[in-house]
Amino acid sequence: MDEKRRFTVLDLLDLELREHNALDLRCLGGRKGLVREITVPDINRPGLTLSGFYEAFGAERIQIFGQGECAYLEKLAAEGRSDTLERFFQFPIPCCVFANSLQPDRIFMRLAEAADCPVLQTELSSSEFSSRLLRVLSDVFAPQTTIHGVLVEVFGIGILLTGDSGVGKSETALELIERGHRLVADDVVEIRCVNGNVLMGQGANKVIGHHMEIRGLGIINVTHLFGVGAIRDKKQIQLVCDLELWDPEKVYDRIGTDENLTEILDVKVPKLDIPVKPGRNIPVIVETAAMNERLKKMGYHSAREFNQNILRWLESESARAVYFGQDD
Amino acid sequence: MTEREVTITNRAGIHARPAALIVQTAGKFASRVHLKKGTDAINAKSIMGILTLGASYGTPIVITAEGADEAEAVEALARLFEKRFEEE
Repeated sequence: MDEKRRFTVLDLLDLELREHNALDLRCLGGRKGLVREITVPDINRPGLTLSGFYEAFGAERIQIFGQGECAYLEKLAAEGRSDTLERFFQFPIPCCVFANSLQPDRIFMRLAEAADCPVLQTELSSSEFSSRLLRVLSDVFAPQTTIHGVLVEVFGIGILLTGDSGVGKSETALELIERGHRLVADDVVEIRCVNGNVLMGQGANKVIGHHMEIRGLGIINVTHLFGVGAIRDKKQIQLVCDLELWDPEKVYDRIGTDENLTEILDVKVPKLDIPVKPGRNIPVIVETAAMNERLKKMGYHSAREFNQNILRWLESESARAVYFGQDD
Repeated sequence: MTEREVTITNRAGIHARPAALIVQTAGKFASRVHLKKGTDAINAKSIMGILTLGASYGTPIVITAEGADEAEAVEALARLFEKRFEEE
């Protein structure tokens, strides 16, 4: 899914952000332009541009006006010059934001209205607003994809269960929830790459989120059945478990010293191929995989440690054999 | 029943990787395959069994197989030992 949804100025105003993320934006004018699309996750301080230097002007960026820009605008207004501003609004600017609750003058507002350019205002200082806006925009513009699977949190590890339809992903997730773990998303998992190395997974739709389809039962509401403790809105994907019907021809990993990785949005994630057949309790295997993954993160690799011990033992065995000139 | 004696020729002995190779190879055959070190005989399809054998460099091992494809099984396993489990 490479196709990006259009992100407009209105979407920016509508973003549900709280506390240290809040942008505190208000619209002062140019409402017709609220449908303008924000195409790049960048910001621009238009000081140079206002002074008449239009080369390399990042017009497609959100323009932020701080104390300096406003002081300059006042000076322009006092001198009765509006030519540079007129030229400024000829560019396809997505929107102008005034920081520190600064108020643009009447000429600026008139020109903005005429150009249908939204004028926004925030209480935040320009540097604080810039850093928050960049964070928000990098989230919005993060590469994303959707994967067919179930995302669960098991012992704090985000596990993406994948596999063909009917292999038992939802049933495995249900058993895990029953055992006190959490459901993040069922069936369609929306994945974003944050910071270039973290994969955040969440349900594709908040309205239908945290429902599951279990064959024979139909649709169930996990939040109502198991309580709010059984769900989570989003979670980093730290392990992929691919469930597949047991293939007698295929060689499955029996030692686990080698790290098998898969790539999602160019980020490498450990992946386990888990064969499914009657008598294999998949939820318990997934739980164990989660704990083993935590051990690995703590620096203890069970399989490698085990092999080290074997090697050390074999070495002492063969040394003893040489010394005594016999086998045992 | 088919039998053959082989010697472990890779320096490290049978650790996890060679054990996995043995189990994988033995698993392809229907016959019951065993490895004998001295008086200990273990199932060649069990990874933990092979590891606990503690077969180090120079240890003689007897491969035995019983079943429809016993000759092929012994042959395949013996080749694995001769190739030093593709190590070194």
